[in-house]
Amino acid sequence: MTQDVVHGSIAAIGAGLAVIGAGIGIGQIGGKAVEGIARQPEAASKIQTNMIIAAALVEGVALFAVVVALL
Amino acid sequence: MNNKSILNSKKIKNFLKYAVLLMVCAFPALSFAQEKDTTAEVKKFSPKEVILEHIADSHSWHMIGKFSLPLPVILYTDKGLEVFSSAKIERHEEGETVIYKGKYYNYKLDHNKILAVDDAGQVNEQATHKLWDFSITRNVASMWMAMIILLLVFFSVSSSYKNRVGKAPKGFQSLIEPVILFVRDDVAIPNIGAKHVKYMPLLLTMFFFILINNLLGLVPLFPGGYNLTGNIAVTLVLSVITLIVVNASGNKYYWKHIFAPDIPLWLYIIMVPVEMIGIISRPFALMIRLFANITAGHIIVLSLISLIFIFNTLWISPVSVVFVVFMDVIELLVAFLQAFIFTMLSALFIGMAVEEHHH
Amino acid sequence: MELVKPEIGLVFWTTISFLILLFILGKFAWKPILGAITDRERFIEDALLKAEAAKEEMSRLTTENDALLKQARAERDVILHEAKKVKDQIISDAKEAAHTEGARMIEMARVEINNQKAIAMADVKNQVASLSLEIAEKVLKLQLADQEKQDELVSQLLKEVKL
Repeated sequence: MTQDVVHGSIAAIGAGLAVIGAGIGIGQIGGKAVEGIARQPEAASKIQTNMIIAAALVEGVALFAVVVALL
Repeated sequence: MNNKSILNSKKIKNFLKYAVLLMVCAFPALSFAQEKDTTAEVKKFSPKEVILEHIADSHSWHMIGKFSLPLPVILYTDKGLEVFSSAKIERHEEGETVIYKGKYYNYKLDHNKILAVDDAGQVNEQATHKLWDFSITRNVASMWMAMIILLLVFFSVSSSYKNRVGKAPKGFQSLIEPVILFVRDDVAIPNIGAKHVKYMPLLLTMFFFILINNLLGLVPLFPGGYNLTGNIAVTLVLSVITLIVVNASGNKYYWKHIFAPDIPLWLYIIMVPVEMIGIISRPFALMIRLFANITAGHIIVLSLISLIFIFNTLWISPVSVVFVVFMDVIELLVAFLQAFIFTMLSALFIGMAVEEHHH
Repeated sequence: MELVKPEIGLVFWTTISFLILLFILGKFAWKPILGAITDRERFIEDALLKAEAAKEEMSRLTTENDALLKQARAERDVILHEAKKVKDQIISDAKEAAHTEGARMIEMARVEINNQKAIAMADVKNQVASLSLEIAEKVLKLQLADQEKQDELVSQLLKEVKL
């Protein structure tokens, strides 16, 4: 029982850490993308597409971590 | 200015009216929930169990209340094929074990898994191990339903293209056409380039298949509410298809990039294995991404609903409902986004494989 | 964990279903839809190109017309200019001719007048001569009507005569 609880807590901490990392990463991507769009509004659609791809890649890594934590 | 404030106050009044109405409507349901909880006082509400049960596959299709649609169970045992209705092994009450006597073995349902048992209900490990479950489960049935919807939609759209040659799109056609054009112009062409025509059917089918299943998964009522795109088996199949298509269409530059890149020889020991892992890891990431996103969405919504039962009070329900509505809106976005991302990344990988290099 | 373990049944059915879906949609939906879209796009592009060509043709025609008009205008100017020159020439010629003719006529008139005048003068002189002779005759007749006077005159005349 206690072992389970410890397992669960550590997994939760791991998932949380992964989410923090992904949050920082996606935040950076979003921020830089907005900056880029502000600088070059005509390239907005291209930047958006690349932003979504990059965010998806970062998120993918985070989800790996979350899934591993769940396991 | 004055008019506007009056309008606003009217809006607010209407909103309050509807809110009160909703509360009144919700009362019987909530009191029912409470009642149920009090009768089963002994059994504590376990959100984890409920949520996992909801997002997992099942052998029957739950409709409403105690009614569920029985689905065919198809088992491939070491002795032969077995087909029977899921109603025969479905539990009707909590804790009851129903054993179905089949042709070759007896079967019982345990946590949505079919186990081979002997007459006494004892699990036959050896037979269970060799048991292959090809049942038409809830996910399979709802996938077929989604496919029928897709076929109906796209046959009607394609017939309207035949009837209106050279004319502007009309009606449902004009809803679908921008999406098709989006997949072609923003997903396929920028990533694959001139060779996109060959891959358009795959990308479009993938996009619409994932999209409709994501969206139907968000509908909480009977035919919807399943968790198909959040099931690892489905995302596995989709990503394996991407893997096969990417590697089958890889040209010599693609293979050269993996097995003979333009780098010093001693780096080969590192780079070649890394690239080879990359072949697998990219579709693997696709699989995990779709699975985790959709499953996480379902888990959050179910957790918020579970709050009502965890706190065991009516008064938490407005909070739950507001958050669930909020989450559903986000999930709506995610449904589109994940369908887009899956298609986009598939197109990107295909594009990398068919890209011509000019050194 | 159960959640991340793919079930063979679902894998099997999904594979079959998805491939069938891909095949049916690819053959009966995507092919006609994408074909229709590309056809229409090509048609629109064609129409645009044609419109562009027509516009170019139009502008070419317009410039040509403009050039023609300009040329015509210049020609007209030249013609008008020449006509004006000719007119001036004609007018000045006519003026000169009229002038010389007039002068000639005046000269002729003058000569005629002089002739007539001379004739008239001669006539007048004759008439005056005859008239004065008549008068003189009449006067003489009258003066020498009575003897006395004749005598007187004769005497006077005789007086005047100096011998």
